[in-house]
Amino acid sequence: MTVDATTPSGKDRPTRSILNDPKFRGYLYQGLTILLLVGFVYWVAINTIENLQRANIASGYGFLNGRAGFDVGQSLIQYSSDSTYGRALLVGFVNTLLVAFCGIITATIIGFLVGIGRLSHNWLIAKLAMIYVEFFRNIPPLLVIFFWYSGVLAVMPQARDALELPFDIYVSNRGVAFPRPVFESMTQFTFYAFVLGAIASFFIARFARKRQMETGQTFPLLPTVLGLMIGVPLVVFLLTGRPLSFDIPIAGRFNLTGGSVVGPEFLSLFLALSFYTASFIAEIVRAGILGVSKGQSEAAHALGIRPGLTTRLVVIPQAMRIVIPPLTSQYLNLTKNSSLAIAIGYADLVAVGGTILNQTGQAIEIVTIWIIVYLTLSLSTSLFMNWFNARMALVER
Amino acid sequence: MNAEAINFVRRDMLAQEPPPGLQKGLGAWMKKNMFATPKDSVLTIIAFLILVWMVPPAVKWLFIDASWTGGGRGVCATVAQGGSQPEGWSGGCWAFVGAKFDQFLFGRYPVEERWRPILVGALFIALLIPMLMPKVPHKIINAILLFIALPIFAFVLLLGGVFGLVPVETPLWGGLMVTLILSFVGIAVSLPFGIVLALGRRSQMPVIRMICTIFIEIVRGIPLITVLFMASVMLPLFLPQGMTVDKFLRALIGVSFFASAYMAEVIRGGLQAIPKGQAEGADSLGLSYWHKMNLIILPQALKLVIPGIVNTFIGLFKDTSLVSIIGMFDLLGIVRLNFSDSNWASPVTPISGLIFAGFTFWIFCFGMSRYSGFMERLLDKGHKR
Repeated sequence: MTVDATTPSGKDRPTRSILNDPKFRGYLYQGLTILLLVGFVYWVAINTIENLQRANIASGYGFLNGRAGFDVGQSLIQYSSDSTYGRALLVGFVNTLLVAFCGIITATIIGFLVGIGRLSHNWLIAKLAMIYVEFFRNIPPLLVIFFWYSGVLAVMPQARDALELPFDIYVSNRGVAFPRPVFESMTQFTFYAFVLGAIASFFIARFARKRQMETGQTFPLLPTVLGLMIGVPLVVFLLTGRPLSFDIPIAGRFNLTGGSVVGPEFLSLFLALSFYTASFIAEIVRAGILGVSKGQSEAAHALGIRPGLTTRLVVIPQAMRIVIPPLTSQYLNLTKNSSLAIAIGYADLVAVGGTILNQTGQAIEIVTIWIIVYLTLSLSTSLFMNWFNARMALVER
Repeated sequence: MNAEAINFVRRDMLAQEPPPGLQKGLGAWMKKNMFATPKDSVLTIIAFLILVWMVPPAVKWLFIDASWTGGGRGVCATVAQGGSQPEGWSGGCWAFVGAKFDQFLFGRYPVEERWRPILVGALFIALLIPMLMPKVPHKIINAILLFIALPIFAFVLLLGGVFGLVPVETPLWGGLMVTLILSFVGIAVSLPFGIVLALGRRSQMPVIRMICTIFIEIVRGIPLITVLFMASVMLPLFLPQGMTVDKFLRALIGVSFFASAYMAEVIRGGLQAIPKGQAEGADSLGLSYWHKMNLIILPQALKLVIPGIVNTFIGLFKDTSLVSIIGMFDLLGIVRLNFSDSNWASPVTPISGLIFAGFTFWIFCFGMSRYSGFMERLLDKGHKR
């Protein structure tokens, strides 16, 4: 790049135009780009201001304090049609997080099962897993959402003759109703016991690992942890007189009363995102396991480590290193795909924002909010996964 | 040497033994691949039970009980729902798909003008097939025809209004035609833009690098639906009064923007895989930046990422279904529009239409992913030792 450094002196060099100086040309191109960009932004800004004035829309975020005046189907936080637009957006944001969180967990579970299934020695299982992956990978997620929403849940029976599943779960075209746990007084002791158990398990696990590192003695960790985290709270729960009851849904004439209801919008979005993303996660998991060279597990077998332990201690830790980076991008994809909620009217951030946009015409503000929120979600997820990845990464000397 | 003297050599042959049991045939295969261990056996039996539970009802629903012919909702509804099927009937309503098939392909494009999309489609296939076959020569001419000449020709022919062709407004376009146009234009635009963005992101000039990085990261960080909203709601705000952009064009712009950012990352992966010595070699020969890129770096980088490009295309193809949310009638949109046709409304109509749409999407995407795998194997050969 730098011609000057190789030329012995400036004297015997032929004179040349400044236009041929790579450094100057670099500045020139960048300056031109900035000029063009600024000009373009200026032109867009002028037009926008003019258009907004003509449409009588005041720019700025003041509208967020206005009364929303619309209802949302499902909300985890207090909301009514008298709440503000800002509150409505918050409801949408919480709903986005909810469906993304549930979807990520389910998709990970299904994806790992299917991905391991594809590598199974069992022919039938491997083929079934392959069919699952090839099926869901090649259809649009939006179509899967509609399949659940208008194909399956919408043709479920009316609420008064809802399908009854075990444990008092009812399925109707209004969603799934299930018993809602009612916490009475003294439930908190069970909770405290659980927290204490968790803390104790953490320290025991640390102690066990340290002891194993030093002496090679193993510790029955799993039974201990299960006992501490489930057994002890259970004993406390029974001792305090079982302070938990269930509000069971009852089929009324027009609707189910009591219990908790999950609407068909959430269900179809959740199911579709989970099944769709799981097919991608399955492929990532498969690639990860195949990416661990066979010599690793053969060496483990040669050392006399049992197959189960080989998988847990040799294959999976190495496979995770390959799996985590693409897994992160799948989680992000799922979160972004949750914006398809707008197609079926699940009140996520985009759907609520779209309603507000139609009501107020504050297009720029709403789109800016969307961009900021999704970028924040993306960046924080990738930061977290990078940290996790750094922890898992191979420490090379 | 005297053979008699060698006492340790056997003189007579052993009798032929029967083949070892369970080494060949179906039984042995099943024992090896399905019932090798008790755990395997349990899994096999569970999987088999699930198959028995799911497949026969599915086949019955899809083929045996389905109504294949008929002129209205009667064939797809039970007596109680106002149709002719017996009580408790449920099956695919393929008569609905058959009756609406033309619409699913072309939307509301005028019937007497449908030869135009058909002609474009035929030309597209005629140009695409030699493009996809690695052995056919003249790839550059083929690419120019496919990615530059064909879109212009298709634009003129489909829109009409010149050469005595009846104008057909874009709101009338629909169905698979729109899905294909959107994804094809998306890919044709995103390839050059993606290359420019990827080069920009690796540029030595900080301002250009920053602009490209910000663009790529923002577009990749937000969902496509917000990009489409931006294109459909904000674009009219950005333009001076009186200058309007067609809704179809807005969707095209949105999809192309989105695809460009993803394409840029795929291509950047390819650029990073090229050893530094290649660029240094080009520099030492005195090639200019564009010569270096055009003749040395990009041909190698693009060849490396063909599978990635096809994967981006598959994603784009699936993502075009989102334009139905902003009120356009692509394949999914037109199928959903027809749910509200009172002539065909029945409980099984939506699911039948969706299964048809899903099947169509699946065929396209599966074909593309197979092709991507084929190219991957083909290109891999050069690197195997």
